[in-house]
Amino acid sequence: MTDIVIAGIGQTEVGEHWELSLRELAYRAIKAATIDGGGLKPQALFVGNMLALNLSNQAHLGALLADYAGLPGIEAVSVEAAGASGAAALRQGYLAIASGMVDVALVVGVEKFTDKVGPDVEAAVATAADSDYEAMQGLTATAQAAIIMRRYMYEYSVPANGFAGFAITAHANGAGNPYAMFRKAIKPEAYARAEMVSEPVNMFDAAPNADGAAALLLTRRDLLPKSYPHPLVRIAGLGAATDTLALHDRHDPLWFQSAQLSTERALKKAGIQLDQLNFFEYHDVFSIYAALALEAAGFAERGQGWSLAANGAISLKGRIPCATLGGLKARGFPGGASGVYQAVEAALQLRGSAGANQIVGARYGLIQSLGGPASTAVSAILEKVD
Amino acid sequence: MEIARHWRLKQQRYGLVGEVCPHCDYKIFPPRDVCPNCGDEAKTQYAFSGKGEVFSFTTIYEAPTGYDANAPYTVAIVKLDEGPMVTAQLTDLGDQPIEIGMPVEMVTRKMRNDGDERGIIVYGYKFRPFGFVPQR
Repeated sequence: MTDIVIAGIGQTEVGEHWELSLRELAYRAIKAATIDGGGLKPQALFVGNMLALNLSNQAHLGALLADYAGLPGIEAVSVEAAGASGAAALRQGYLAIASGMVDVALVVGVEKFTDKVGPDVEAAVATAADSDYEAMQGLTATAQAAIIMRRYMYEYSVPANGFAGFAITAHANGAGNPYAMFRKAIKPEAYARAEMVSEPVNMFDAAPNADGAAALLLTRRDLLPKSYPHPLVRIAGLGAATDTLALHDRHDPLWFQSAQLSTERALKKAGIQLDQLNFFEYHDVFSIYAALALEAAGFAERGQGWSLAANGAISLKGRIPCATLGGLKARGFPGGASGVYQAVEAALQLRGSAGANQIVGARYGLIQSLGGPASTAVSAILEKVD
Repeated sequence: MEIARHWRLKQQRYGLVGEVCPHCDYKIFPPRDVCPNCGDEAKTQYAFSGKGEVFSFTTIYEAPTGYDANAPYTVAIVKLDEGPMVTAQLTDLGDQPIEIGMPVEMVTRKMRNDGDERGIIVYGYKFRPFGFVPQR
């Protein structure tokens, strides 16, 4: 089979876009990816979205966005896997091309948080948990992360401020990303005095909900125009996996099994080892999830994921740079669009277009998107092709 | 208004009724049709004692619609004595500090309003410190 490549990338700035609707955000990303892709025309659209049904009272995003983006008649469908929706849409686009049934697929991740505010947003996000047995107890996504983080700190004797390195790294990197919501580095003292959201999760341990859209044009390498203008990035491996929906149903709530499985599957498909990866775009919607992702992938022993942030191993010049353009924490958390943002950012790194945050000589990047507390995990390895 | 849904879950909500697997004796809560331990079908009802201990917990200040009037409140994962874990609010705490490993017992309490002042009140399980003595 010929290589499947990311031919076009596009993204909007992440933030509170009060003046833009869901469809306008999506179109901006689609337009940018279409221009970037040098005029490739998609036959299929895969939309990754988590919350439009609850926050915008809008289902049927496939037809909506195909119509609004001026792609009349094409096949279009939306894919939902909570926070991993965008990565799951990427997976579907990849499978469509791998099957030979589609030549060019457009993948767009879009989230419009700010159509509602406050308790309605908490309620919408809580629909990703078990409605009968988690959300019914008034559990929120942040509280779920706090429950895991408290137990983790208890079992592994993590010092106070042990997780500070995740936010500090993310914000330092966000400063170099013009699309990031937060572009200002923070000091350790800022983390130490941050207000608690749900103890022990403080304001800097939780990524901000934000509006945003990102898009990818996927195709087979042999279909690229001769004048294709960018260094080539291919999808070397892609793996998806699930775990129990409810956190309490796990034998071991401190282990992200789906993250481990999906990483393993992606590495196997790519035919590479973990130590060949040059960077890792993890799903740091909460800093504890970044720590558990590092452990699940095999970058750290169990109970030691936090120490990679504390000792600088995840910084741009560290052993395994993470959140290289700010991650979910500083770029912002555009819900189900997050996985597509990660793919766009990884493609920028591999093209050598990451500006001040460029990882010199990067060949392989791992991206990983999670739905809930890794109830879904989608991992992909992108490779720069010579 | 989700009357049928709340009615359907009444045994779980009021009685902590789960299942015991007839093949491997594994205790299951919440109930599911396939035993997570052995993979066979499990549909034999089993009422849990309601005793357990706090596995972990946190406090919610920014609550979802329907719960925001009660914020802040504490939610925990409780490990039941029979084995399974369950997500539940902690109640009747007073000034008592909560700790991982603290013994707790189930009580029935009001969970939420359904956004309609003439609608039903949803009750369900919460957990309180074991041996709690009500103040007179």
